[in-house]
Amino acid sequence: MNNILYKLLTVPKAIWDFYSQGFRNQSKWSHQVWLLIVIKLFIMFFVLKLFFFPNFLNTKYNNDQERSDYVIDQLTNPKKSLE
Amino acid sequence: MIENFDLSLVDWSRAQFALTAMYHWIFVPLTLGMAFIIAIMETIYVKTNDPVWKETTKFWMTLFGINFAIGVATGIILEFEFGTNWSNYSWFVGDIFGAPLAIEGIMAFFMESTFIAVMFFGWNKVSKRFHLISTWLVAVGSSLSALWILVANGWMQNPVGMRFNPDTARNEMDNFWDVLFSPTGVNKFLHTISSSYTLAAVFVIGVSSWYLLKKTNVKFAKKSIVVAAVFGLLSSLFTVLTGDNSAREIVRDQPMKFAAVEGLYDGSEGAGLIALGIMSSSGDENDNMKDFSFKIEIPNMLSYMAYMEADAFVPGVNDIIKGYTDNDGEVHPPAKVKMDMGRKAIAALKAYKLAKKTNDELGQKEAQKELEANFKYFGYGYFNDPYDTVPPISMSFYSFHIMVGLGMYFILLFVLCLVYIYKESLVNKKWFLRLAIWSIPLAYIASECGWIVAEMGRQPWVIQDLMPTLAAVSNIDVMSVKITFFLFLFVFTGLLIAEIRIMLKQIKVGPNHGGN
Repeated sequence: MNNILYKLLTVPKAIWDFYSQGFRNQSKWSHQVWLLIVIKLFIMFFVLKLFFFPNFLNTKYNNDQERSDYVIDQLTNPKKSLE
Repeated sequence: MIENFDLSLVDWSRAQFALTAMYHWIFVPLTLGMAFIIAIMETIYVKTNDPVWKETTKFWMTLFGINFAIGVATGIILEFEFGTNWSNYSWFVGDIFGAPLAIEGIMAFFMESTFIAVMFFGWNKVSKRFHLISTWLVAVGSSLSALWILVANGWMQNPVGMRFNPDTARNEMDNFWDVLFSPTGVNKFLHTISSSYTLAAVFVIGVSSWYLLKKTNVKFAKKSIVVAAVFGLLSSLFTVLTGDNSAREIVRDQPMKFAAVEGLYDGSEGAGLIALGIMSSSGDENDNMKDFSFKIEIPNMLSYMAYMEADAFVPGVNDIIKGYTDNDGEVHPPAKVKMDMGRKAIAALKAYKLAKKTNDELGQKEAQKELEANFKYFGYGYFNDPYDTVPPISMSFYSFHIMVGLGMYFILLFVLCLVYIYKESLVNKKWFLRLAIWSIPLAYIASECGWIVAEMGRQPWVIQDLMPTLAAVSNIDVMSVKITFFLFLFVFTGLLIAEIRIMLKQIKVGPNHGGN
């Protein structure tokens, strides 16, 4: 019983060691690629998403009822909304 | 009603989406196919215990890793665009589009964070068998991940398994299995993944050929070519089969797309297939239906492809506009009738909303009845001219023919590869090795053309017959769309250059010192 419990307790540490050793022992190209990933994700989430890609309906309307009213208006009377 | 839309906004939104989708698609097919090639190589290593196979597996895993890392999350941009640029569409499709994308996101996250980590960090830390299982799970998982995206796309091409709720203006899924197993979605998935496997095989053969030309890592290169050629040949033959199935499905569910990609203006019984054709330039930019100045036609082939009968009637663009009866006896109304029905459906939705506001229950019921009777052609109500429902023909035609032509060329490439390997003369065929290297960009061109066929060929629809692209866009400032278009162009081009540079560097380093 104690043996099983001991093994269960060591699983998180084994997973942690697996990942940390893996990241530490990466080759040069891996570091370059990780840097690119970080830059890419920063541009995507902290520049593009934040400043250029707000959710149009969520930012303009407070609830689903207002959103559906707006979309129905757009679909049935596009001229009014585009003027 | 078409005049009420800002067509400049529609065009820029489309251009932006096309740009991001096509850049995203540069990275995806190599990941999908390479994962299987690596899994096969590692299986051989585990079976034979030959260290060359281990080095081979690790080298291709390195290139897979670079491609995967650069491409990862580029698809998220498309989801940003759905919320910002395509809000009418995103609302209208409701959970049908959201559910498969959510499943894909969860699946991709778990796969990427666990099994890819085992693939790269697990050498000598986990058992050979567990490592191999992880590699196969990455391969299968990445294709399954693609399944959900393609199910969502398949639904847009052939909307099934849902009902429209006029209270919320959203489509609600009423049969998940109809959505998942829609013939459009299934064919699209199988055709897309098999063509991606073909691309990866061409990539492996091309890179390996470079080593053979340089006379370095010869043993590794030959082994890689054998695996890639066999895998590529099987994949490309399967791509032909799934493409053939798609043709039969599209002629029924998207006949206008079929007519456009085949350049068929007037249908006939025993229709011929234009194997090769050049459209004449009429000088008129708005002339969508250009004549052919040159064409090689195979008699009766199109009828056979579409219906497995040499004399079957295949409708052309004009037949679809004027209305026709198909080979199963089903009557397809003229576009003008569909436009009338579409206008009735739009008016009924408006009346329903008004009746609801005034608590007029009877009016609501009548409007709902009218809406349901005409909803099938809801999107036609936005058009004034029946010919507005015709996709850009020359682009669809050329993209389709380039894709098919290159697909046939890859089969020949794989066959020649295997013949030369069998005859042990591959190393001496320098012209062939050079051709194999130059085939890599051709594989990407074929793959992108496939998406142009799928997406341009279905225009003007974002959801077939229900929502035209022009009604799907958000009412935002066109300037912001232009700015983000060029931002994406800049960011993605940078990523692509980075990928190519890192990859070329690793290829020059070679398999013996590449490591992971």
